[in-house]
Parts: sequence; C-alpha cells; structure tokens
Amino acid sequence: MATGNAIDPIHQFIVAPLAQIRIGGIDASFTNASLFMVIVLLAATFLMIIGTAQKSIVPGRLQSAAEMAYEFVASTVRGTTGTEGMKFFPLVFSLFMFVLLSNLIGLIPYTFTVTSQIVVTFALAALVILTVIIYGLINHGTHFLHLFVPSGVAPALLPFIVLIEVISFVSRPISLSVRLFANMLAGHITLKVFGAFVALLLSAGGWAAISPLPLVGIVALTAFELLVAFLQAYVFAILTCVYLNDALHPGH
Amino acid sequence: MATNTSAHTEVPGGHAKGPFPPFDPNVFAPQLIWLALTFGLLYLLMSRIALPRIENILEARRARIAADVDDAASMQGKAQAAGAAYEKTLADAKASAQATAQSTRDKLAADSAAKRKTLEDQLNAKLADAERSIAGTKAQAMSHVTEIATTAAADIVAHLTGKPADTAKIAAAIAATKA
Repeated sequence: MATGNAIDPIHQFIVAPLAQIRIGGIDASFTNASLFMVIVLLAATFLMIIGTAQKSIVPGRLQSAAEMAYEFVASTVRGTTGTEGMKFFPLVFSLFMFVLLSNLIGLIPYTFTVTSQIVVTFALAALVILTVIIYGLINHGTHFLHLFVPSGVAPALLPFIVLIEVISFVSRPISLSVRLFANMLAGHITLKVFGAFVALLLSAGGWAAISPLPLVGIVALTAFELLVAFLQAYVFAILTCVYLNDALHPGH
Repeated sequence: MATNTSAHTEVPGGHAKGPFPPFDPNVFAPQLIWLALTFGLLYLLMSRIALPRIENILEARRARIAADVDDAASMQGKAQAAGAAYEKTLADAKASAQATAQSTRDKLAADSAAKRKTLEDQLNAKLADAERSIAGTKAQAMSHVTEIATTAAADIVAHLTGKPADTAKIAAAIAATKA
C-alpha cells in the first residue's frame, strides 16, 4: 500500500483508466473502478447463480450462503414494507449485494473500493429515490403528495410542516449516498494512515520498537471495518425499504 | 442519472494537484456508465435467475419438509395403533390364562372337597357303628351288673347269716340303690 511517499492516503481513491473508450464524445473508459464493478458483479453471480446451480434440497456451503443472503434481505423487506413490498425485493437485494460486495472486496489490500466514490453512491441513492417518486406518482397520483402533508396538523403550522417534510425528503438521497461514501472513505483513510505509521516508525531508528502498536491498531480496525462494511450495506438496504414504504403507503 | 456532465478541462493523470479524487468530475462519466452497465446486469441476473431459483429451492424444501412431517405423523399413528393392538392381545392372553388357571384351581378344589366329604362320611359311619357297638356292649354289661350284684349279695347274706337269703328283698334293695 505504501509506495513512494509514505503517507498518501488519498492515492487509493484515484480512478485511473485502464482502457480508453469514448462513445459519442463521452468518456466511457474502462477504469480500475469499472474493473472492480465487474469483479463485484462476478462475485455476486458466482455466489447467487453458480452457488445455487445444483438446487439441492440439502444445501452445500455456497448455496447456504446464497439462501442466507436471500432470507436476510427478504425478511428485511417484508418486515419494513410488508408483503406488497416484495415486488421491490430484487431491487433491494441487488443494491444490498452490490454495496456489500463492494465494501468487502474493497477491504482487501491493493483493491479499489467502488463505494468510496460519491458519484457511485449518489447514483444508487438517486435510483432509489427516483423509484420511490415514479412508483408513488403512478400508483397513487396526487395522493402520493400527501406524504408531505401529514394529517391532523393545525392549519397554521401546515406551511412549516410541509416545508420540513419537503426538505427531509430532498435530503434523503444526499444522506443515503453521503453516509455510505463517507464511511468507506474514512475507514480506508484511517487504515492507510495506520499502515503508513508502521512504515514510518520502522524507518525511524529506535522508534521502530513501538511500530507493533499501529499494526495492532490496523488489525482491530480491519475487524471494525468488516463490521462497517456489512452494517452500511444493511443500512442502505433498510433505508431503501423505508423510503419504498412511503411510495407503497403514502400519507401514513 | 446525468452522464454528460463531465467537462474535460483537466488532463487525466494530473491528479497530484487535482481535486480530491472522489470529487473529480472527469471520472464521473465513466463510473456512471460502468455502474449502469454492471448494476443493470446484476439486477437482471438476480431478478431473472438467482432469486426465482432460490425461491423455488426454498419452496421445494418447505413442501418436502411438510410432506415428511405428515409421513412421520401417519407412521406414528400406525405405530401407536400397532402398540395398542399388541397391548390388547397381551391383555386378552393374560385374562384367558388367568381364567384357565382359575377354573383348573376351582375344579381341583371341588374334587378334593368331594373326596374329603366321602372320606369323612365313611369315617363318620364307622364311628357311629363303633359307638353303637360300644353302647350295646355297655348295655349288655350293665344288665349283667344287676345279676352279679344280686348273686353276690345273696352269697354274702347266706355266708353271714348261715341261711339262704330272700332274693326278692335283695332285688328290691339293689333296685332302690340303682335308682
């Protein structure tokens, strides 16, 4: 990780093209980020399609993992949105798997973390919010706008309440995307900085004696980052469910 | 998802003094395009293949388990019925064995009681005969007693007085003593 100058924790987030591709004047280069998106796709396909290829009644290891992922996301969706929310199950499942595998694969040294790019997380969040808005408007029409007008509020307070509801709705894609992006970014910077400490201390004569301390720190942080990787994927999925629930049942 | 927002004002690779990499607008377009491709494909693979397949697997397993549980329940019912039949047979056999033993015992007891009765009757008859013969002998002996006493008294009187005794007086005296 530490090549050249010892402390450059930002280097790992640089997106560099591996193959230059331009389509109609738009840069569509195959970058290291694209490479890891493809790896995430392959990993998900391996787990969920190759792992379940045998369709055994008594599952093997890989099929167990695939079924566990299915049951986990399915129970999350059912618990948050009810049974009618299951029509969004493939979307929530794809989001969960994409974010989880991006986070986990990104923890392997020398890899690239797809979800440490704000544009990626924002695109995923925008996809969720657009789904909510489009589905809500198609299925409930103007009734969907009752989302912003809670019932049983004093008329004098209504303008303020509506304003607050609109602001909270608009901030959803921002908080959804920034939460994931910032968690991944901060975690990877911290790991990188601790790693650089080890290298710096080792090259600083007598200070090398305390170099195991940041190393222990990295081990603990890696465990913590594993938790964060899973937790952020779960948070993304469950918030998606909560927002979709608004589209399914507007007006509370 | 706007994909045409990237303005190519910077030379790629000049990142040393460029913006913070995640906020570099130059890399937005390729990331969005590849995200759309990969995530779209992931969504298709999951929704068309993986998730329906797992749903079928889980459904098949549920059905299999339910069928197995039903089978087990019916088997258990059969086993319980067989157990009950066995218990019944055993109880019947025990009852009939007891009945046989009881009737045998009763028969034997009746037989021995009858034999004892016959024996007792015979013994009683013999006893009665013996008693009767004793009583006859005794009566005979008692009838001789008067005669002996009369003779003895006559002899005693004749010896003492020297003249023959009056037998009629002696008989009256003996009869008075016996009475």
